Amino acid sequence: MEDRLPKAEVSALDTLRANASKIADALLPVLAVLAALAIGAIILLMLGANPVAAYGALLEGAFGSGNAVAETIVKATPLLLVGLGICIAFRGNVINIGGEGQMVVGALLATLVGLRLTSWPGWVVVPLAMLAGFVGGAIWGGIPGILKAYFRVNEILSTVMMNAIAVQAMNYLLRGPMIDPAQMELASRIPQTAALPEAFRLPRLAPTRLHLGAFIAVVLAVGVYILLWRTTLGYRIRAVGQNPDASRYGGIRVRHHVVVALLLSGAFAGLAGATQVFGVNYRMITDGSATGFTGSAGFNGIVAALFGQLHPIGAIPASFLFGALLVGANKLQRMMQVPSAFITSLNGLVVVFVVSSDIWRRQRQKRRLAAAQRAAEAAVADSGGPA
Amino acid sequence: MSANFVERWFSQVSERTGVAPRRAAIYGLVFLGVSLLIFALFATSSQAGQVTTFVLNPSGETEAFPVPSLAFPTSAALYLFVLVCAFVGGWQLARGFKRINLVLGGILALFVLAFLAWAARDNSLNLTGLLGSALLRAVPIALAGLSGVLCERSGVVNIAIEGIMLTGAFFSALMGSLAANIWGWSLWPSLVFGLAGGLLAGALLGLLLAVLSVRFKIDQIIAGTAINILSMGITSFLSARILTEFQRLNNPGIFPRFSVPGLASIPIIGPIFFEQNLLVYALFVLLFVIHIMLFYTRWGLRTRAVGEHPRAADTLGIDVYKNRYINVMLGGMMAGLGGAFLILGSVGRFDEMMTAGKGFIGLAAMVFGKWMPFGTFGAALIFGFADALQTKLAILEVPIPSQFLLMAPYIVTMVILAGVVGEAKPPAADGQPYEKQ
Repeated sequence: MEDRLPKAEVSALDTLRANASKIADALLPVLAVLAALAIGAIILLMLGANPVAAYGALLEGAFGSGNAVAETIVKATPLLLVGLGICIAFRGNVINIGGEGQMVVGALLATLVGLRLTSWPGWVVVPLAMLAGFVGGAIWGGIPGILKAYFRVNEILSTVMMNAIAVQAMNYLLRGPMIDPAQMELASRIPQTAALPEAFRLPRLAPTRLHLGAFIAVVLAVGVYILLWRTTLGYRIRAVGQNPDASRYGGIRVRHHVVVALLLSGAFAGLAGATQVFGVNYRMITDGSATGFTGSAGFNGIVAALFGQLHPIGAIPASFLFGALLVGANKLQRMMQVPSAFITSLNGLVVVFVVSSDIWRRQRQKRRLAAAQRAAEAAVADSGGPA
Repeated sequence: MSANFVERWFSQVSERTGVAPRRAAIYGLVFLGVSLLIFALFATSSQAGQVTTFVLNPSGETEAFPVPSLAFPTSAALYLFVLVCAFVGGWQLARGFKRINLVLGGILALFVLAFLAWAARDNSLNLTGLLGSALLRAVPIALAGLSGVLCERSGVVNIAIEGIMLTGAFFSALMGSLAANIWGWSLWPSLVFGLAGGLLAGALLGLLLAVLSVRFKIDQIIAGTAINILSMGITSFLSARILTEFQRLNNPGIFPRFSVPGLASIPIIGPIFFEQNLLVYALFVLLFVIHIMLFYTRWGLRTRAVGEHPRAADTLGIDVYKNRYINVMLGGMMAGLGGAFLILGSVGRFDEMMTAGKGFIGLAAMVFGKWMPFGTFGAALIFGFADALQTKLAILEVPIPSQFLLMAPYIVTMVILAGVVGEAKPPAADGQPYEKQ
């Protein structure tokens, strides 16, 4: 059909249409967030709160001042780090639901290093602790990796189980061997470790809480991009993710790369845990659940990564957005006296809508491709079959 | 040379028993290891003259014929267990067993028994009560597992079971309380109304999952995770808003215990299985019904076809989408029932996050039970037992940090999933959205 039209006309029409749908695609996630917020507004109305004032508070809380923006970045940092790991895992077609547990174990190991080596200089201990976090997460991600690759244990199940095990290990250590001696004396027994020496704190941009971890995370995002698209290892991980059979015929060790993908994925989550300890709290503290330490970053990081189209660079603005939502929601809660569970629901709504919109985009893309193919076939048929 | 000998040896064992050589060897070593563990952990730390008593009568009111308690010298029993395990392990290495999984189950049971005998030395433990409470704790896990069976047999991974259970629990508490305390209904109608609330909530969330994953083909894991987050948010929110302010709305009453005439008077078995509440019996019925439906009806054949090879099923005129919608909604209802059980069959009030991972454990039970209803139930019993044991041990003041006991079922599950039981194979199209052509 297309070759019956004048050539110039076709290309002009096509570029216009292509550009329009590209813009629509780019806007879709934003629209999805808006739709979720609209439903949130209805809930707010039912609660008797003014949605305009509420969302005003949310925006102000997230971006209202330099300090607010800094807080947003602080919240975004673990999301980005976990999200980077998720990019690697999902590109390798392994699903890592174990971010929570990996964060916990990474933080535990890092804290252990920090508390044991108190007499060492900070410039030695801090990198060591970050490394410990990296290794801890890698172990916690690597175990499900090995189980999947060599014993065919479903990684969703095993990562969820590893979360549960990590939580118990954390509760044991923070209530027992690693508990803050001061808490023992006070007999309040809050499950937390002793504070880290001041020399070990990640440098901050005073007076805000913005710490070096954010910078590390952004640098690592570039690193993960290079890893995935500019190195052989990354190429192999992606190849295994897209077509394990073809990869095997191509001589790639599929099992090995499944393990590596999950291991790296866990390592980034572990690093996220370590930066939380050394950059934000300066000690490890929990309320008995994983969320008490991670703030659900291990789960929200998945969402941030998906929102960023599983691209490490895309994950940067995506985690910033979710960080903003978290910080703004805090403000909203304080200003409007809305229960915190509303925020959780809002978070869930945003996830559902964003993910749905992404699927819709992919379907449209597929339909467009199919239409183009049909058109091409029709054109071929019109001109009397392939020459 | 020697490696060669070992290889030849186990290939002979393998030929005799039909168990793969490597597995046969690993099993033998595991049995010997269990023997060693019982020796090192329990036998050496119990002194001569200590006596363990297992009480076999349930503690409360019962119709069962009374049976005498079982009292035995602790260390003698433990050394006997050590010898039995060592003998079984040796036999496995030398000759090999054919029904190896059965033997493994027996050895693990022996280990648990040894642990109980050790924990209750110079003390008494109500074994019947322990098993009864294990069953009670297994019910919600089994229902969650059945939910998983129904969904995954049709090819939809349902990771939202946790959230659906939570929502089911909330609405059964709310609706049951509404009926009982506001409208003044009598016990049974209000219990049924509460149950209906749980089922309805489950069906609706199942529908949501189906719409997201079947209609819109969203990654099923993500859709499920989103539903989980949503459920936690909504139930916490509503319970903070409604249930804590109006306590009367969080008190629906519970199903009374009902002894099955005749069966309840069998000693030991009776009190464990037949002096429970109606919801427990409902689970027994559901197990049979779902098993028969899945394997002996047209609907079941279609469901399994859709789960294994949707394209072929579609070609034969089966409506893949409709089948998945129905199955996921039924699965949602099972999870909702599991949530309702937590309220109406057990504690009688809703608490935030009260499911505490039971939905995920249910999924593990499903995999462990190889996607079969009765297998799932059996696995759920193991998890339920671990759960019940842990509360019991707190009473016996066993010097093991509770966190390790809480960890144990997860570790055991992973080890078992790692192939000790043999590979568990999910339906072939599990987790893959189907697109009509």
